[in-house]
Amino acid sequence: MSDVVLEVRGVTKAYGERQVLRGIDLSVREHGAIALIGASGSGKSTLLRCIDLLEDIDDGDVLLDGEVITDPSVAPLAVRRQLGMVFQAFNLFPHLTVLQNLVLAPVRAHGVPRAEAEERARELLERFGLAGRERDYPDRLSGGQQQRVAIARALATQPRALLLDEITSALDPELVGEILHLVADLKAGGMTMLIATHEMGFAREVADEVCFLHEGAIVERGSAEHMFAAPEHPETQKFLRRLLDAGRL
Amino acid sequence: MDGRRRGRPGAALSTSRQQVRAAARRRRARRRTAVSAISTVVVLGALATWILTAPGWPSVRETFFSVHDFRESFPDVLKGFWLDIKLFVIVEVVVLALGLVLALVRTTRTAALFPFRALAAVFCDVMRGIPTILLVYLVGFGVLALDLDGLPTDPLVLGGAALALSYSAYVAEVYRSGIDSVHPTQMAGALALGLTRAQALRFVIVPQAIRRVIPPLLNDFIALQKDVALISILGPQEAFRIAQIDASSNFIYTPLVSVALLYLLVTIPLARLVDHLQARSRRSRGGAVAL
Repeated sequence: MSDVVLEVRGVTKAYGERQVLRGIDLSVREHGAIALIGASGSGKSTLLRCIDLLEDIDDGDVLLDGEVITDPSVAPLAVRRQLGMVFQAFNLFPHLTVLQNLVLAPVRAHGVPRAEAEERARELLERFGLAGRERDYPDRLSGGQQQRVAIARALATQPRALLLDEITSALDPELVGEILHLVADLKAGGMTMLIATHEMGFAREVADEVCFLHEGAIVERGSAEHMFAAPEHPETQKFLRRLLDAGRL
Repeated sequence: MDGRRRGRPGAALSTSRQQVRAAARRRRARRRTAVSAISTVVVLGALATWILTAPGWPSVRETFFSVHDFRESFPDVLKGFWLDIKLFVIVEVVVLALGLVLALVRTTRTAALFPFRALAAVFCDVMRGIPTILLVYLVGFGVLALDLDGLPTDPLVLGGAALALSYSAYVAEVYRSGIDSVHPTQMAGALALGLTRAQALRFVIVPQAIRRVIPPLLNDFIALQKDVALISILGPQEAFRIAQIDASSNFIYTPLVSVALLYLLVTIPLARLVDHLQARSRRSRGGAVAL
């Protein structure tokens, strides 16, 4: 158990009458990656937002390195500083340059000296093929470049684990590949990740385990080979058949 | 021209058709210019005739547009106007700061700040609900009547304070609309990075909000610049007050016209600046104007 980084135990969440999460259980091991797949509205994004404490959960627990983080007595700030999150719409800060986007949190939230933070930011940008774009504003970059900046920004605080929320859904299809490769590289480098996605490439090439969410519950889980070759649950079969028909599998 | 003729078989024809079209376009443009010039002359001429043939025009010209009176009074009026400008600048700085504080207090969710939030809301409602001229009266004479130690008694300071109270309520609402217009995903992005809510406001939300509200803020600048004349009711010798004294004692109104001209000299360039900034922020979508 000691190498489990993130653990979700029986988490439930409702928006008013609507139950969005119905008892989610999962655990992400160190250097591991789990892909959450399922139709829109199945609860993938909500689960990630709950883990990053951007939303309150109703019942259950989320543990980070064995410590309960969803207890009301835990300061959300300390938890968010240990987790990195990347959003579907990038959420870059449009009034700051690429470099300023990367340096803001390390300097202000983590107290890293500015020179050190800038050096680390430049290294990350270079690694992601963005050298020379430090002084550009985000709206000067393509969607794929913006999302790479957003991933670099999440990594700049050296998080314990990365939460990726539909990070390719806002991208043109031909740009998905570059993000997919980048995330595969991160996985190879040992980053622990929880990935909510519509892009089955993540499930196939990056994830150790794939969880299929349906109406707020994980109805089936297993290796990518198992999920794509021999899905057992009728809802999983239906979902995968729809993807196949749409030519996205 | 040679290069074009060597093109497709129809190239020569299309060149002559292009010339015909260009000639037609030039004719249309000339006609438009002529029509608008004639129309302008007719409308302005009619307006001028209407005013210049009015039975009272000779006496109006003498009292409102006398060159002699203008020369006589202008130095005093200008000195008074300089006071208006100084007061405007000081009040504007106070308004920009106080307005931002009010807007931030009204948008925070901190429980401990609840009483301040309620107070700020009441303050904005009350200050925006009272005519500015009334507020100048109430503060100017009311505070004076309190006779409290430590409170200023200078009518200039009291009048400036009244203007600052009134305008910071308006400006707070402008800031607040800017803060509300920044998409919630920006706050989520900032919090997810581990910034506190206050840091997110300071480094992410407020800078974007201010860039977006610069044109409406400048509009309030212009309004305040004019409303500075209201403190004349408390007695300070500013431009309007000086002109008014001339008008009521000597029945000459030319100084009032020169005050109006001085105001236009300041407000028209400001208005053009607002137009320019608005056009620029329309061009760069998303309000990411690099200032």
